[in-house]
Amino acid sequence: MNYFVDERGYYGDFGGAYIPEMLYPNVEELRQQYQRIIDDEQFKKEFKALLKDYVGRPSPLYLAKRLSEKYGANIFLKREDLNHTGAHKINNTIGQILLAEKLGKKRIIAETGAGQHGVATATVCALRGLECVVYMGEVDIKRQAPNVARMKMLGAKVVAATSGSKTLKDATNEAMRDWINNPVDTHYIIGSVVGPHPYPDMVAQFQSIISFETKKQLKEQTGNELPDYVLACVGGGSNAMGMFYHFIDDQSVRLIAVEAAGRGVDSGFSAATTTLGKEGVLHGSRSILMQTEDGQVVEPHSVSAGLDYPGIGPQHAHLFKTGRGKYVSITDDESLNAGLLLTQYEGIIPAIESAHALAYLEKMEFKGGENVVVCLSGRGDKDMETYMKYFNL
Amino acid sequence: MNRLQQLFQKQQKDLLSIYYTAGYPNLGDTLKIAETLEQNGANFLEIGFPYSDPVADGPVIQASSKQALDGGMTLHLLFEQLKDLRQKVTIPILLMGYVNVVLQYGVEEFCKKCREVGVDGCIIPDLPMYEYEELYQPVFEKYELSNIFLVTPQTSEERIRKIDALSNAFIYLVSSSATTGSNLALSTQSSDYFKRIADMELKNPFMIGFGISDKATYDSANKYASGAIIGSAFVKNLKQDDLEGSIKEFMVQFSV
Repeated sequence: MNYFVDERGYYGDFGGAYIPEMLYPNVEELRQQYQRIIDDEQFKKEFKALLKDYVGRPSPLYLAKRLSEKYGANIFLKREDLNHTGAHKINNTIGQILLAEKLGKKRIIAETGAGQHGVATATVCALRGLECVVYMGEVDIKRQAPNVARMKMLGAKVVAATSGSKTLKDATNEAMRDWINNPVDTHYIIGSVVGPHPYPDMVAQFQSIISFETKKQLKEQTGNELPDYVLACVGGGSNAMGMFYHFIDDQSVRLIAVEAAGRGVDSGFSAATTTLGKEGVLHGSRSILMQTEDGQVVEPHSVSAGLDYPGIGPQHAHLFKTGRGKYVSITDDESLNAGLLLTQYEGIIPAIESAHALAYLEKMEFKGGENVVVCLSGRGDKDMETYMKYFNL
Repeated sequence: MNRLQQLFQKQQKDLLSIYYTAGYPNLGDTLKIAETLEQNGANFLEIGFPYSDPVADGPVIQASSKQALDGGMTLHLLFEQLKDLRQKVTIPILLMGYVNVVLQYGVEEFCKKCREVGVDGCIIPDLPMYEYEELYQPVFEKYELSNIFLVTPQTSEERIRKIDALSNAFIYLVSSSATTGSNLALSTQSSDYFKRIADMELKNPFMIGFGISDKATYDSANKYASGAIIGSAFVKNLKQDDLEGSIKEFMVQFSV
């Protein structure tokens, strides 16, 4: 079974490039160039150097002792929260900004939900001196004011998406419309493993540093580079794909992707895409998405803005359909409690997104001695207001 | 030969096509608008079936789509509304919308329904060419539907040749790289682009759309193409409380 992208840009039944003709030349240019650029020695050198000296990689793989005692397994945390800007998102934006430069692009656009990808994009644009426009849903702008301020301070222009539900999917639509209207000088940095081919593959490759390092670190710490389980949360699915990437072909490693159940999968306020969704096309690729009978995209809900997306990346859809990955979901309440638990057991306040992955540990049964890696994709600073309200802090 | 192909066989000059969103401004207006447009000189029509995430569209079509969806428009309902289409309207009709809605309806079922109610073709902007060739073309041919491809100023000559080979009615020339409803005046750059396409001597005629909003832009498009397509400007002008009046008022500028 091939779990990676094929020559046509598909993962089994999923992927492809479902885009209007106006986007075709841009996406086609990227398709023809991306692998050559990524494999170029000079590019690799620059990418590696920035990840090391600017992002602070490798991120630690930390054996959480008290958590391990509680669950009866060796729980390792891959500390993407310690990256510059506080999450895994920067791995991708560093890669894409270098790629945009090689393509001769002068202007960068991005979409953002909670603002993490927007901040990571604004950061690399400041670093390289490129113009930056970030599209963000009007609703999200109101609920994520600190990140809006960070982007502005970094020199980005933040444009409110006022169409549709005024959240992440609408911000993505607006970014695509901007790209249609600026077909020559602009590169669109998509923040997750979604979008038309080659985006899902390109973003996965940039994020694959997560599992690449994990393998080495596990080998050093346990003598075995392969864990029994890896867990990660999934919105579009970029940290999960980074966490899974180098383990996908090792069938002994069980891949667990944790989606946001919101207030419960049957509540009508959920983002559990694989449970509630059907096959279809969203934002340029064939995947699984939450939609009505008529094919209209349904508005998702999650307490964590980063998981509040009605689809998943096409490679995830393929891992789900083939059974290679196990896709589960965790409610708002469960995730917030898991966030508090990690804070009090290990002194680490996680992003609510990452807390979804942690919450699933509670539902697993261990024989004892298994090695489990959880991707701690981001830190909880941005979520303090939500934690404060929920726990009356 | 479907109505659209017959039209282009008969006439390849000064054609006027109007786009509007099904279910807007009122859910039940779809057929009434078609009738009124035919009476007021439109040569063929594009009826949009709305989608929640129309990335190729600007604010006017987005808003009309949202209002139609909020009002309860679905593809099932649209086919129901078009049941008596051919008793009331004789000009060619295209359906225009995004691929996910067609996928959920079922490609074969969609084409069959189009044929049944008397639709002559489709514009599905996010349907990839390779997928059309592999999966859609045989079904489209079976039900005598024409697929309309878009071409932009950035489309390569090689790709335009391929689109020409796959087309059997007309090619939709997007006037500039933009979403629908942009106010870009047709520039010298766009006339160079139209001339370049005209000089390619394609087997299919072409129509110019995007940014055509009035008599002046319609006339300049007509210098190069078989006609022009107006969408956003028409939709923007529709009045909920005076549907027929607002259509007549808009169309009168094009009558000679």
